[in-house]
Amino acid sequence: MARVVLGHELGRLAGGDKTIDVPARNVRELKAALVERYPQLAPLLASDGLAVAIDGDIVPDAFLEPLRPDSEVFFLPAIRGG
Amino acid sequence: MSEGNGQAKNGGGLHWVGTRSIRPDGVDKVTGRANFGADFFMPGMLTGRVLRSPHPHARIRSIDASKALALPGVKAVVTCDDMPDIPAEEAFVGEGPMNFRDLSRNCLARGKALYDGHAVAAVAATTAAIAEQALGLIEVDYEVLPHVIDVEAAMRPDAPVLHDDVFTQGVDPAPTRPSNVAKRVQTGHGDLDAGFAAADVVVERHFTTKPVHQGYIEPHACVASVSEDGQTTIWGSSQGHFMIRAYVAKLLAMDISEIRVIPAEIGGGFGGKTLVYLEPVAVLLSRKSGRPVKMVMSREEVFRATGPTSGTAIRVKIGAKKDGTITAAEAECKYQAGGFPGSQVHAAAMTGFACYSLANVRIIGWDVCVNRPRCAAYRAPGAPMAAFAIESTVDEVAEKIGIDPIDLRLKNAAKSNSQSSYGPQFREIGYIETLKAAKEHPHYKAPLGPNQGRGIASGFWFNIGGESSAAINVNEDGTAVVATGSPDIGGSRASMALMAAEVLGIDQARIRPIVADTASIGYTFLTGGSRVTFATGMAVVESAKQVVQQLRERAAKIWDIDVDAVEWKDGEARPAGSNAGRFEPLSLKDLAAMAGKTGGPIIGRSALNAQGAGPGFGTHICDVEIDRETGKVTIVRYTAVQDVGKAIHPSYVEGQIQGGVAQGIGWALNEEYIYGDDGRLQNPGFLDYRMPVASDLPMIDAVMVEVPNPAHPYGARGVGEVPIVPPMAAVANAIYRAGGVRMPDLPMSPPRLLAALDGD
Repeated sequence: MARVVLGHELGRLAGGDKTIDVPARNVRELKAALVERYPQLAPLLASDGLAVAIDGDIVPDAFLEPLRPDSEVFFLPAIRGG
Repeated sequence: MSEGNGQAKNGGGLHWVGTRSIRPDGVDKVTGRANFGADFFMPGMLTGRVLRSPHPHARIRSIDASKALALPGVKAVVTCDDMPDIPAEEAFVGEGPMNFRDLSRNCLARGKALYDGHAVAAVAATTAAIAEQALGLIEVDYEVLPHVIDVEAAMRPDAPVLHDDVFTQGVDPAPTRPSNVAKRVQTGHGDLDAGFAAADVVVERHFTTKPVHQGYIEPHACVASVSEDGQTTIWGSSQGHFMIRAYVAKLLAMDISEIRVIPAEIGGGFGGKTLVYLEPVAVLLSRKSGRPVKMVMSREEVFRATGPTSGTAIRVKIGAKKDGTITAAEAECKYQAGGFPGSQVHAAAMTGFACYSLANVRIIGWDVCVNRPRCAAYRAPGAPMAAFAIESTVDEVAEKIGIDPIDLRLKNAAKSNSQSSYGPQFREIGYIETLKAAKEHPHYKAPLGPNQGRGIASGFWFNIGGESSAAINVNEDGTAVVATGSPDIGGSRASMALMAAEVLGIDQARIRPIVADTASIGYTFLTGGSRVTFATGMAVVESAKQVVQQLRERAAKIWDIDVDAVEWKDGEARPAGSNAGRFEPLSLKDLAAMAGKTGGPIIGRSALNAQGAGPGFGTHICDVEIDRETGKVTIVRYTAVQDVGKAIHPSYVEGQIQGGVAQGIGWALNEEYIYGDDGRLQNPGFLDYRMPVASDLPMIDAVMVEVPNPAHPYGARGVGEVPIVPPMAAVANAIYRAGGVRMPDLPMSPPRLLAALDGD
């Protein structure tokens, strides 16, 4: 199961949960599982403003990116640059 | 023509990557032939001008343009009533999350003017003089409202509120009253209380920075032409012509297919040309007048109405043990957003402590609306201000402990596989390598003169990849065109040609790199985030590989052998070993000449979403000399060490580093927006807004450390943003060593330094 670190804002909306284990083969499944568990996260998880770091690689448009059973996933604000 | 000094990241030889080829756009630029945004003309073209609010905060009761429209030569006037009143919707098109409703209202104010210079109406006329005259005939009835500029003043409960629908996000409980505080953000981990309790030394300081402008030489400019059938063409300079297309389509409720954007050369952007200001207005004026419309901002308009950085107030607290181990670090960053929410405080919260591997760390950020232009990206947006505060505090911690400032950083440095301060683990990074290179550099040990001091500071930026498209067309004579969708603001065309030449095995001078318009190449995200050499470069490499595959297939046809028996080496198709048969090699030129007989044109195309942009780190050494009588600071010597992954074109990489340092020095010493009590900008010009010029600066020594990025075919990392992050703290720390005073407020201009030296 992927280990998911929600970050401050998602964690706040999830009632204080910060780190959870989620069975998912890719980011799409991961987000669906999170929404099922925390429906209130749906708008933020669907936002373009959220990036996903998978095992250290930040992916701004994560959708079908595969996850390993031991992947560590962080949700972060999407940063682009100047 | 070129000097080959490149080495492959895996130790193999490279022919073109890493060389210093002549820039393909150089001759046109030095001869004045290059076409920038303001250089385009069309028959029957009108001149557009913008009426701007003289008030920092005012309700717009009415706009009467009847007298302007009656002026002979005036062909159209537009206001917000000519734009769709679109709902709030946030998406990523430019450099950060953008609320389209806010962007629309930034292009033409609706209901309220939110800053001095906010666009209120626009005119198209047959001459510039008539357009200017017409602006004076537009009657705007303003109800002037109280305004607020300073970020901390704007956060107070009694501050004038800019928007009645902005309620602070990210706080519990959700507020019931609107305020200027749009958002609270937070990053970090660990136990701060325990960390500070374990510290032998704790330093807590408060810093402020002023808003500064990107200072690009070329003002915003465009030409728009709308045909009778609605087909729209826009010529203009920007950091992303696909960005212009997307924004114009969204703001004017058009189909993207109706809009073609043709990029001009760009005279600097630095993040400031990742938004639209004029383009939707020019389209409206052209649509209304039936004529092409050109709009060019004056320098004053650029300062008053386009996005500067945030001004900030930042508190930093760092605790450390006597051995130099940082036990806890926290910061609170208050960032001006300007007239609409959306500062880069997120990036500040994520980058502030990113140079360090910390067990206990937290940054809280606040995004705050004030009556200033909506802020825009500026090189590593959000990071330099936080770095100024944090790197200044780190320097003071090192001094209190009695440890060399580089050694303190080495002891706490982020490294490959360590947890970043913002959460995830780092992959391959080269921060420690920059620290070691700085410590071993002769500059670090060079003697100093009277009133001189040396400062150190480090910086970080993420760098990004993203969506890019490229095509390589092989010409009949064996030359090639490399087309991409990335505007060239930092020499990317030269880098694209070098990478294509490396794969194709031909002289880079036989490759012509161009920036294709939105109708001629696939979607490409804008030039920003230090992404183009990395991401668009990957698309070019993939396209070149496709070309090579086709060249092998053509040779196989000619030789009547299997394609697997053909190899491509040094720009030639050759039999792959003795079993493949004996054939004379076929060059790219030979195969191009026979393309019609072997299957038609040879074209490689690639479109991808590049991932794995490696983060960048830099460490800077700055020597200053202070004049104790005037407070003037002279930069005596400057060395910038940076992990660049692999320098595809070393001269351009050095140029990026030098440019970032020069801008950072200006930010440190002189640049600031100065507002009067009336909320109007008092220095909207380069005479009063003092940017550094060549005579202000020494030669900036750029030292490239190459820790390859494994995600790129040649190991490239983005390089354009890191170099602006460390300079302010490096200068401040050097001033402290020279004069014995800490300078927590930017800019460290002569009056401020003089007052500090005098103990005021």
